[in-house]
Amino acid sequence: MEPKALILRTAGTNCDAETDMAFQLAGAETALVHIQHLISDKVNLADYQILAIPGGFSYGDDIAAGILLAVEMKHKLTDALHRFVEEGKLIIGICNGFQVLVRTGLLPGNGASEMRQRATLAMNTSAKFECRWVDLETQESPCVFTKGVKTRVYLPVAHAEGRFTAPAKVLSELEANNQVVFRYAENRYPNNPNGSDSDIAGICDATGKIFGLMPHPERFLTKWNHPRWTRNPTNTQKIGSEEGDGLVIFKNAVHYAESNLL
Amino acid sequence: MPRFNSLKMVKEIEILTADDAELMRISREGTLSLSLNEMQTIQTHFGTLGRNPTDVEIETIAQTWSEHCVHKTFKSTILYSEEGKAPEQIEGLFPTFIQRATEEIAKPWCVSVFSDNAGIIEFDEQFNLVFKVETHNHPSAIEPYGGAGTGIGGVIRDSLGTGLGAKPILNTDVFCFGMPDTPYAQLPKGTLHPKRVFKGVVAGVRDYGNRMGIPTANGAILFDARYTANPLVFCGNVGLIPRNRCEKSVEPGDLVVAIGGQTGRDGIHGATFSSAELDDTSESLGSVVQIGNPIMEKKIVDALLQARDQNLYRSITDCGAGGFSSAVGEMGEEIGAEVHLERVSLKYEGLAPWEIWLSEAQERMVIAVPPENLDELMEICAAEVVEATVLGTFTDTHRLQVFYEGTIVADLEMEFLHHGLPMPVKEAVWEPPKHPDMASRDGETENYTHDLKQLLASPNIASKESVIRQYDHGVQGGMVINPLVGVENDGPSDACVTTPVLGSRKGVIVANGINPRYSDVDPYLSAAAAIDEALRNVVAVGGTLEKTALLDNFCWGNPDKPDRLGELVRAARACYDIATAYGTPFISGKDSLYNEYRDTTTGEQRAIPSTLLISAICVMPDIQNAVTMDVKTPGNFIYVVGNTYAELGGSHYFNIHGFVGNTAPAIRPSEGKLTMERLSAAINSGWVRSCHDCSEGGIGVAAAEMAFAGGYGMSLRLDAVPTGEHIDADDFLLFSESNSRFLVEIEPQHQHTYENHMAGIPFGCLGTVSDTPEFVIKGKTGRSIIETSIHTLKSAWQDF
Repeated sequence: MEPKALILRTAGTNCDAETDMAFQLAGAETALVHIQHLISDKVNLADYQILAIPGGFSYGDDIAAGILLAVEMKHKLTDALHRFVEEGKLIIGICNGFQVLVRTGLLPGNGASEMRQRATLAMNTSAKFECRWVDLETQESPCVFTKGVKTRVYLPVAHAEGRFTAPAKVLSELEANNQVVFRYAENRYPNNPNGSDSDIAGICDATGKIFGLMPHPERFLTKWNHPRWTRNPTNTQKIGSEEGDGLVIFKNAVHYAESNLL
Repeated sequence: MPRFNSLKMVKEIEILTADDAELMRISREGTLSLSLNEMQTIQTHFGTLGRNPTDVEIETIAQTWSEHCVHKTFKSTILYSEEGKAPEQIEGLFPTFIQRATEEIAKPWCVSVFSDNAGIIEFDEQFNLVFKVETHNHPSAIEPYGGAGTGIGGVIRDSLGTGLGAKPILNTDVFCFGMPDTPYAQLPKGTLHPKRVFKGVVAGVRDYGNRMGIPTANGAILFDARYTANPLVFCGNVGLIPRNRCEKSVEPGDLVVAIGGQTGRDGIHGATFSSAELDDTSESLGSVVQIGNPIMEKKIVDALLQARDQNLYRSITDCGAGGFSSAVGEMGEEIGAEVHLERVSLKYEGLAPWEIWLSEAQERMVIAVPPENLDELMEICAAEVVEATVLGTFTDTHRLQVFYEGTIVADLEMEFLHHGLPMPVKEAVWEPPKHPDMASRDGETENYTHDLKQLLASPNIASKESVIRQYDHGVQGGMVINPLVGVENDGPSDACVTTPVLGSRKGVIVANGINPRYSDVDPYLSAAAAIDEALRNVVAVGGTLEKTALLDNFCWGNPDKPDRLGELVRAARACYDIATAYGTPFISGKDSLYNEYRDTTTGEQRAIPSTLLISAICVMPDIQNAVTMDVKTPGNFIYVVGNTYAELGGSHYFNIHGFVGNTAPAIRPSEGKLTMERLSAAINSGWVRSCHDCSEGGIGVAAAEMAFAGGYGMSLRLDAVPTGEHIDADDFLLFSESNSRFLVEIEPQHQHTYENHMAGIPFGCLGTVSDTPEFVIKGKTGRSIIETSIHTLKSAWQDF
């Protein structure tokens, strides 16, 4: 049996199709599900092993990025979400999904039962939307999504509210628990596109099963997505792997679910 | 049946007894933009009915007959005269020059042209592509953020309203603004500063496109003082649609269902407002600009594409100009429709029936739903939290009947509404202008490095990265050639390429061409160059003429003035001549006229430069063959392809020295076609490592851009430039903007194959890519005329 991944949708979600494609390529059975169908019990979260919250502008990012969807999940999917986390299932939030996970409190996380926001993703220091590719350094972490990922990964970001910031205590906890999964590789703009504290681009919870990141691995599924693929000297010979570096993150999740959650 | 006069909220418009002056007062004071002839036609029509029209009726007619909706200028008879030629009668610019070109080219892959909200071409076994570009000029002049945002919102709904609805996959945006350094004291009364317009327009397009999750990956930004009072905002959208969802029909008995946002007073009179000139009081017309809500539009897309795939409706169109009046009027044109306005979901109370009927409130679509499908449709809308309302029924009465609380407030024959408009006969004249000419500066200068830097730093050529990075160009995961390319991802790509079907290597190329400066010499050459440039951009990334379709978007001054109309005739004629010569059909287009500003106190009148935007779309069988414009490897050869002529009229080189000149680039389509076809084949054979078209700033600017985008210098010689006439002047060789030319980078191992392949096409090997940053060009006599580094050139280009 293939692991099942639920790609959550709501008004303003817009990276759902490519996130769905990423999990399909990784070998999961996928479903794009509107949050209304979870709230009305038409779809049962418990039937899935992976929950993905894709990028976009959920509810227009009114008030602040991701906050309305976070409130809706916390208050209307309380039990289902708790059970999902307690059973050690996987959650990934990308871009707007990361903003949602941080605002629910699932990230950085403080155990399964308490959902309290302890960090935030604030407006970029450039004060504008930034669409660019950035170098990331993969950190030593318990994150199951990044096992075997190259130490340096190149991925695109596209956001206006991506500056990860938290109180010093939370930041030092994150470091102590190795919860920082990706850092922007250079401590300066534009490679750190938003001015994040400690160049944080992605974090996981203490178990490594909940993962959030601002960059978009689902936008790098084939080699042709790389912004400089035409410069590759092997390009003219049409050789080499066609897989993009973002796919491994989804494959890791599916492999983990296959071995541990079925 | 109770008639309208029982309702306080509906007024009778007294036209039966009105004289001509009174008719024009009614038109002017009601922002109806109807001419005297049109008002008289309405008067006669209602005279035979023996009654006056209601406000709902006259407003409906004004919308339907507006320039914006019916494109009178492009359909009317034109009496055209040109010095030294016999006068000519043209039976409509659109049928004569645009539609006829497409018919004669007769590409089998054109699925639907000019009939739906966007043109449709074939893509792959499963899908077709739709493409449309619109303008939102007048609203953007008054309220840049809202005007531009709803511009992109509107054109996205055009894709969604084509066939049974296409999924929007790409945005393209082209803007024309006044000079960013305009002194405040020189601003025309009542207009916003170009910088303010620039900032607002970019933010509007950014916020709408990004929130909708549509990549904005192609565009251009132009500056000219004459756009100060009338900025131009072109917004385009490409959509993907299943092949079996491209046709629509409406049957009597189908329900008229409105989906999406609520209706308010915003945007009333948008269609008629945009069919008139702006003046210094236009800024007070706040209600003519619409208010955008991209998340609402995203929800509509999410809901409608599900309903489409379940075949729940038979027809769809968007509420654009004229609101429900146009949408329902158009859908029911062949059969009839009945609508009950009190059912419309309102933002707030107090709207008169005509306001509900005409409101251009955004994010609304109308669909024709067979009654048996209504429940299923409502279920989808409920799940996506989108409002859907049954407004009425399509009938077989051949009448458009509008009710409010049980009272009939409009009762119009479809025949009169859609075919009663008297077509004007317009006069057009063309007289070639004479400008002072500029001579080569070879005698007075040894070195053109400063000129090259000045060109690179000029607003029209300089990097637009600060804008491009604010647009999400990677969303949907299919982008394979970004708008910014090269070793540092900051070089100017000729076109973007995306793969709309994830997992497939079939690509879509989108590019554009626009050269309003050449209009100052000859609008024919401006239009021809716009087509050539759009096609060059397609070819430069690996596309082919064979699979390319075009869109035309004319932005012009007041066509009631014979000289402005003469320019339009010249440009339209070029569209026919060049499109047929290249075999690239038009599939859709639009015009925005009356882009003029009048100062009501001084009477001063300003028109924009006659501006034609050509947008090109090309299907690419395998994106693996795409190339970018950045040089790749030191030691590779740099070739120029295509003849250079001394054609600097309207060029950027003349412009930085304060000249217009008289010799704009001529078009030689048979040469151009052969060049492009041969180059396409070379690129698709894998012999070309990089390719860039020569456009603004000619060979000099193209070479500099390729070099600094790739991070390597170049060493080139101008004596190898093939010319179509004898040219000694180094500056003319370097900066002439002749059409149909490219620079290409060839690896030594492919040199012979490439040269053999290109035999018969004018080409010259100018030099090589260097492994140092030095950028050197030697003139015809062998002396260095450019000596600098790519870092200097790049920082000039980026310093904007």
